[in-house]
Amino acid sequence: MAQTTLQPTGTGTGKTQSAPELRFGGVHGSRATPYLFLLPYLVLFVGFVLAPAFFGIWISLHDWDFLLPGKPFVGAANYTALFDPSSVQFLPFWHSMRATAIFTVASVPFLVAVPLVLAVLLNRKFPGRTFFRAVFFAPYVLGVAVIGLMWRYMLDPSFGVVNGMLKAIGLGGNVPWITDQPWAWISLVAVTVWWTIGFNAIIYLAGLSDIGAEQYEAASIDGASHWQQFRFITIPGLRPVLIFVITVTILASANMFGQAFLITKGGPGDSTRTAIIEITQRGLSQYRMGEAAAMSYVLAVFLGIVSLINFYLTREKA
Amino acid sequence: MTRSSASLSRRSFLATSLGAAATVGLAACGGGSAGPPGQQQSAPGGGGASGYDGPKVTLAFWNGFTGGDGAYMKKLVQRFNSEHPNIAVTMNVMQWADYYAKLPTAVTSGNGPEIAIMHVDSVATNAARRVIQPVDDVANALGLSEADFAPIPWKAGIYNNQRYAIPLDVHPLGFFYNKSVMEKAGLDPEKPPTNNEEYMTALDTLKSKGIEGHWATPFPFTGSLTVQALLWQFGGDLFSPDATSATWAEESGVKAMTWFTDLVKNGHSPKKIAQDADFIALQNGKTAFNWNGIWSINTLKEKASLQWGVAPLPNIGGTAAAWAGSHQFVLPTLKTPDQNKSIAARVFLNWISQESLEWAKGGQVPARNEVRESAEFQALKEQATLATQIDALHFVPPVAGIADAMAEWDKAINQSVLGIKDPQAALSEAADRANKILAANQKKYG
Repeated sequence: MAQTTLQPTGTGTGKTQSAPELRFGGVHGSRATPYLFLLPYLVLFVGFVLAPAFFGIWISLHDWDFLLPGKPFVGAANYTALFDPSSVQFLPFWHSMRATAIFTVASVPFLVAVPLVLAVLLNRKFPGRTFFRAVFFAPYVLGVAVIGLMWRYMLDPSFGVVNGMLKAIGLGGNVPWITDQPWAWISLVAVTVWWTIGFNAIIYLAGLSDIGAEQYEAASIDGASHWQQFRFITIPGLRPVLIFVITVTILASANMFGQAFLITKGGPGDSTRTAIIEITQRGLSQYRMGEAAAMSYVLAVFLGIVSLINFYLTREKA
Repeated sequence: MTRSSASLSRRSFLATSLGAAATVGLAACGGGSAGPPGQQQSAPGGGGASGYDGPKVTLAFWNGFTGGDGAYMKKLVQRFNSEHPNIAVTMNVMQWADYYAKLPTAVTSGNGPEIAIMHVDSVATNAARRVIQPVDDVANALGLSEADFAPIPWKAGIYNNQRYAIPLDVHPLGFFYNKSVMEKAGLDPEKPPTNNEEYMTALDTLKSKGIEGHWATPFPFTGSLTVQALLWQFGGDLFSPDATSATWAEESGVKAMTWFTDLVKNGHSPKKIAQDADFIALQNGKTAFNWNGIWSINTLKEKASLQWGVAPLPNIGGTAAAWAGSHQFVLPTLKTPDQNKSIAARVFLNWISQESLEWAKGGQVPARNEVRESAEFQALKEQATLATQIDALHFVPPVAGIADAMAEWDKAINQSVLGIKDPQAALSEAADRANKILAANQKKYG
């Protein structure tokens, strides 16, 4: 996030920066200095990201239960089983991948577009602007357990306040929000948008503040409408921010766990059982960590491919 | 390729599990006392039966009694502490899900508790994973035997011919009914239905008054438990006797599931309700009947205005049967054996097992006969009513990893009740998946 917001200003101030850089470089001459500054994070990164990632590959090649003394080596069996329709994990895994895909496709457009509209609105000058910024960001500070339980009760088909209100205004009020499709997906997407809208909006706001007011001024003098200003100034100005938001939102949606786990409990049937739920249950309740690790890597490969496509589609066109 | 690796792993498994069995034996002996594994280590202090007079020890006691029952257990622990000045038991209560995830890691890192509670269907898995130690020696040293307990929960604590758990209670499913709703529909609230015919007549009467009489929930609590009870009532069983295959898709299973889903079809239950809506509806007077666990007694008692009753499950299928779970005492494996702590833990276990009447007030049926048959327990009207089912109770078989297979049963209930699949298809597909899981578990746990 820091990177993307710095980029636009970086190009503007680049020329004036060379002088102070030299001066400081002369004072703290050592070549090791930048690396020493990076070291604390590197230690954490290696210890908690890199090492576990490689250890995970090792685990995925075994029948791994950390409590059983025997952890037989099985080679690629945990991976081949995922592509063998007769295996135990084939159907649950691909059902969960399908659920993950559905949620990602259904949620990302809203999670990218709605906060953008909100950010543009909140970027205008009007009384109470700060208050509204805080209001829209507020749900994001709540933990998933809090919003999950809260919406689980509010969306209860029989006794929830949502159906209660629908009934009060004469709109039926018998919607099976969490126990039938497509309602379960609609609920999960809506709750996720409500919950995380503030995060993306804040990033957009930071990007918007980097677009010079003089550009809008020039455009309005040339007679550009609001829509044209949005289309030809705001969107191109937000490009790096947009790419960042889309990438991060796709990954976040593909990793959805808490909402489905708490609100729909993976149901109805196994329709909202996401890949992360499946992996967690297999690894931590069935103690089949090798199989779970293999699933994680297949999911990671998929996410890698999606990110590559994403980068390809949003690349700077020459 | 899969075949060769399978046999390979099984062989290496056998070898390692033999080795492990030896270490467990050692641990048990070290943990039990200085004596040989098992029995006559009546040990310093009589192995718990005759108390503990060593230096002061602190014992950690973990359980998941986060509900109203926790208060009763706490009271018991406090009384134990005041009666035993040289043993200090500190109770740590956490959510069951967290507890089951935490215990294995705590035990391997040497931070595990000395005493813990476990549900009967988790005992085998944790025994196989060596999270808990055999307690044959405890049962012997304390003079506990099958004659002291209800036979089913007592037998359920045995895994691979060794005892791993001492039963504390049984918590059966019961038939709860809202008396006001029954009265409103013209039913006699003092005569709840006891068989299928009476049950259906009552439901039809309720329906004629616009009341959906028995809400069918698609969730494990208590939809899965209700259909399990029905399955046993229709003469079936969840698994084959050796628990190698799921038998729930046979005729009795389909009958049970059809009976349950027909509640929705015939207008006795709303469609597609969410978790706990059935129990809330009973309390709100929206429905008349609910099959729920004995733990509901205290929840219902808290609502002073609610007129409710409880009875043994009506016999729908022809054979009296009910689902039950059981809380069992276990002694987690100690990384560094400590003789004093081991003896003190056994003293605690014996004491609390005798005092389980207090626990019964928390809404459970004591597993120990002398307590269950005592006049004091019989005075707890609701609990005593449900205790009459004691010989008709069924448990999930004590096989390692059985919960993995039961998850498929839960899925079948969910799909059937929500109308995603018809009962036969949902049960057959779930049984196929469960069979694969059972085979994989057999390979895993040996």
